[in-house]
Amino acid sequence: MEKKPELIPAWDAHVHLGGLPGSVPQRVAALLKHADRVGVEKIVVFMGTTWASHPTPDKFRRDNDEVLQAIAAAPDRVMGFVYLNPRYERECLAELDRCVRDGPMVGVKLWIAMTCDRPELDPIARRSGELHVPILQHAYWRVGEALVDESRPPDMAVLAARHPQTSFICAHTGNDWERGIRAIRATRNVYVEICGSDPTAGMVEMAVREVGAERVLYGSDAAGRSYASQLAKVYGAEIPEEFKRLILRDNLRRLLGPALAARGVKR
Amino acid sequence: MIIDVNVNLSRWPFRRTPCDDPRSLVATLLRNGVGQAWTGTLDGLFHRDVGGANARLAEECQRCGLGLLVPFGSVNPLLPDWHEDVRRCRQDFKMPGIRLHPNYHGYRLDDAVFAEVLQAAQRQGLIVQLVLRMDDVRVQHRLMQVADVDLAPLAKALAVVPRLPVVVLNVSRANSADLKKLAALRMFPSIAPCGREWAAWRSWSRPSPWSACCSAPTCRCFPCSRHCLSSASPS
Repeated sequence: MEKKPELIPAWDAHVHLGGLPGSVPQRVAALLKHADRVGVEKIVVFMGTTWASHPTPDKFRRDNDEVLQAIAAAPDRVMGFVYLNPRYERECLAELDRCVRDGPMVGVKLWIAMTCDRPELDPIARRSGELHVPILQHAYWRVGEALVDESRPPDMAVLAARHPQTSFICAHTGNDWERGIRAIRATRNVYVEICGSDPTAGMVEMAVREVGAERVLYGSDAAGRSYASQLAKVYGAEIPEEFKRLILRDNLRRLLGPALAARGVKR
Repeated sequence: MIIDVNVNLSRWPFRRTPCDDPRSLVATLLRNGVGQAWTGTLDGLFHRDVGGANARLAEECQRCGLGLLVPFGSVNPLLPDWHEDVRRCRQDFKMPGIRLHPNYHGYRLDDAVFAEVLQAAQRQGLIVQLVLRMDDVRVQHRLMQVADVDLAPLAKALAVVPRLPVVVLNVSRANSADLKKLAALRMFPSIAPCGREWAAWRSWSRPSPWSACCSAPTCRCFPCSRHCLSSASPS
């Protein structure tokens, strides 16, 4: 009989409600069932059951309503980030207030509505800093053409440099992680989040070497990817055990700490 | 015993990885309970002296493998006298199979030469490992952009050699077209698909250091009983 290795408790910074069947509570149940198998204690969920790259305010409010449902389905385990489209400044700020200031959400998710170095993002970045919640920005560095309005890690560095009081999460580490890590390493308020690419040996080691273990976050991109495949990037990394604990849970817990504490959420 | 059907010796040209030397690779496999690893060589993708690459592979598996590394030589059917490489793999190096990289070697699965290499493998009693991709096409090095192998013509090619054991490596969960084409191969009892990937199926209960993408989609289109564990180590 093989000995089952000890699981390290994990918080997942990047989970979606898409890619699964059923109602929002059924999707949450499925996500948590798989999370239980691999030691994922809590998940951050954002965007709705259907995605829009350039959502209207009505659409992103509906998406956020679904995330609120997800949180309500398992408030001790599901956290939410509010999804916004920076093309609608007034509506974005109102939605931030509804979901974060007055609601249970603890961060902001931005996808590909606008490249993130643009000044239109400044009001959102400022407000997020005031509310002590991070902004998770999709960032991809493709060898071919980017998607329309898609951000790359250097764009994140530009935005983050303008807002040193706000924390940013570079989702996917740009996918081309060897360039992505370099692009954000000097911008100390940007965290590296490792989700969504094929697991490749050396990724986490490079991130730890270049930005320090305290700035690296585990994420999966479930349900599009499995928790397990992305956990393997950390479990298999040649780094000390205490760094794995930071990456898998403690860094995100620290980053979200003020927002969770303000909401009385058990950590 | 865990059998990993997809590991490699030698080095990827654009990156060093933590266990890209045979001894540390074997140590990692052993530490994670792998009892047998079907082993190709990355030199087989890039070197034109494939015979030399396969000879080194056989020698290193013998010298460093602790009985765990089972060599699978490379065959590039666009090279002159490639039949001799097939023969050497079986008769000189006693390999159980060969590994094919159509996209790196420059042919498609509906090219006549692919059918020829399948038939040659069948005559020698070899397993064929067909590798669909080595790297995510979205982030490849700008000097080496290689499209994934198109699986669509495989069913027709296999009709001529229906009992040939074929292991399809590096099925991509990111490429849903792969999955649809894979489903069309279910009628061939000797086909086994592996994401680099399948490890994650197991990893739902046991995270593996090498496991890659979720294999659940491939399990939906292909019986789980025909999946193999495939780590693509050391990458």
